[in-house]
Amino acid sequence: MPKILVVAEFVGGSLDETAQELAGAARMLAATASQDYSVSAVVLGEGLSEASAGLALWFDEVFVFDDASYAVPDAEVYGAAVAPLVEREQPRLVLIPHTNNGMDLAPWLAIRGERTMVTDCLSLEWSGESIEAVRMMYSSKVQARVTVDPSAKGFLITVRPGAYSVPDGAPGPSGSVIAESSAAGAAPRRRFVRTVTPGVEDVDITQADLLVSIGRGIEEEENLEIVEKLAVALGAEVSCSRPVADKKWLPKTRQVGTSGATVKPKMYLAIGISGSFQHLGGLKGSPFIAAINSDARAPIFEVAQVGIVGDLFDVVPVLTEKLEALNS
Amino acid sequence: MDIIVCIKRVPDATEAEIEVSRDGQSIDTEDLTFGISEWDNFAVEEAISIKEEHGGSVTAISIGDEDSEDVLRRALAMGADRAVLVSDAVFEGSDAFATARILHQVVSQHQFDLVLTGAIASDTSAGQVGGMLAAMLDVPQVALATDMSIEGSKAVVQHEVEGGLERVVELELPALVTVQSGINEPRYVSIRGIRKVAGEEIPVIDAGSLGIDVSELGRAGSRVRLNELFISAEGEGAEILEGSTEEVADQLIERMRERGVL
Repeated sequence: MPKILVVAEFVGGSLDETAQELAGAARMLAATASQDYSVSAVVLGEGLSEASAGLALWFDEVFVFDDASYAVPDAEVYGAAVAPLVEREQPRLVLIPHTNNGMDLAPWLAIRGERTMVTDCLSLEWSGESIEAVRMMYSSKVQARVTVDPSAKGFLITVRPGAYSVPDGAPGPSGSVIAESSAAGAAPRRRFVRTVTPGVEDVDITQADLLVSIGRGIEEEENLEIVEKLAVALGAEVSCSRPVADKKWLPKTRQVGTSGATVKPKMYLAIGISGSFQHLGGLKGSPFIAAINSDARAPIFEVAQVGIVGDLFDVVPVLTEKLEALNS
Repeated sequence: MDIIVCIKRVPDATEAEIEVSRDGQSIDTEDLTFGISEWDNFAVEEAISIKEEHGGSVTAISIGDEDSEDVLRRALAMGADRAVLVSDAVFEGSDAFATARILHQVVSQHQFDLVLTGAIASDTSAGQVGGMLAAMLDVPQVALATDMSIEGSKAVVQHEVEGGLERVVELELPALVTVQSGINEPRYVSIRGIRKVAGEEIPVIDAGSLGIDVSELGRAGSRVRLNELFISAEGEGAEILEGSTEEVADQLIERMRERGVL
């Protein structure tokens, strides 16, 4: 029976939520295929007995690489284990979460595994022997529907975290857990040195109830002042999206997103932020989101409850004045 | 330290309203400015600053039509020593795999210690060419670098990993690193700087000079095909406040009150 293989991420001592999301995606694809598919997972790490039992509720087979050498995720070490597994099991489709670690591993594995690759997919469906995928382009402003033809061996696809929701309840009978070990291969050419936890500075935006967040639309560093004034009037902290931290206008610790901080405020006022998925990935706990952006089509308006389409340089000072008047 | 940096010319969509062309195959670029892909700009800066510290050379490579000379000339103005334009009508429609194959052939014609690419391209946002190229070159690689240095025969690279953490790894050279935005502060390129390199010749490599069958390039050699581009409904979720600036500000404050955040 042909297989769909999901690469499950085990990070910080537990399974990443994407493992279940991809279980849902894999089961959906198996159920809608023109032939029967089995769904398998592979997981790497150290101390995986609980995680592999959990995966067995979702997958027919779970291949487990449980060893101290996998304790720290590393694309080269993980790739050296997964590539031979893919060669042995010959899954028609390999699904990998489009996380930072997934992005590190997937392109290399696609070449080694000789599979057609497409990344960061929002949805997948069969189109005959091919797969039709939807993904985003141009700063998440445009969606693209692409047809992916399999290579002789099949596909390798990365899926955006959150694109598929975690299914309600595991499907049922436990799958089999298969202990794997990789033969010692060539000496690694990439070596782990250390993991770095970004320090928290004066302000910890992860603890803030109200956040005024600023993006590329602020244009110049001097303009930050108008946003800071608004934050004071609201009693909020100032956070930002990636372009502002990249330019060092605000410290990296103020950056919200998958490559920055995960925040859970009550209100998130996004100003001049288009709303890439990397940015929105750092926003948890269903806050009230209000957005001010000059581009009516900015993706931020799809997740915000309230939006103002307009020039932030007009709107923000007026909003600040009104709040200051209320405060006094 | 001989460094190759792969760059791409793209339309700047970050602050623009994007329209899809009638046939759904491209975006309207009439009102857009073109330039180097955001991540690639950081890669060029990183390459040049490493060269300035350790000596050696920087070669910038771009696949594209003759307009891609702009981004190559810009890289020369920043301090690259050489630029190579890889251009041929048969390259059109290449997917990431076909693109990586072309780059593989070109890069293999050079001596290198380090290949740098942007972590993703600003237009396709796919993030796959760098890793594919590393696999084809059979060199160690790391994605999403936020800091790096060269120490002897190794590249020491800090990169973004899970849960907002970063990790430091050592790569044996030669190696390939994909660069995250913000890794450095790219130097300013003046018009005068561009003028200085206006006369420099940029060699053009076509399909004939690469050892790949034409059937493996461009549309013919690509397994990922674009059906259509589309823009999802405007403001799907948000209630868009209407009125003058004063009015929308009042309404926003009212909504904050209703939500109990004021």
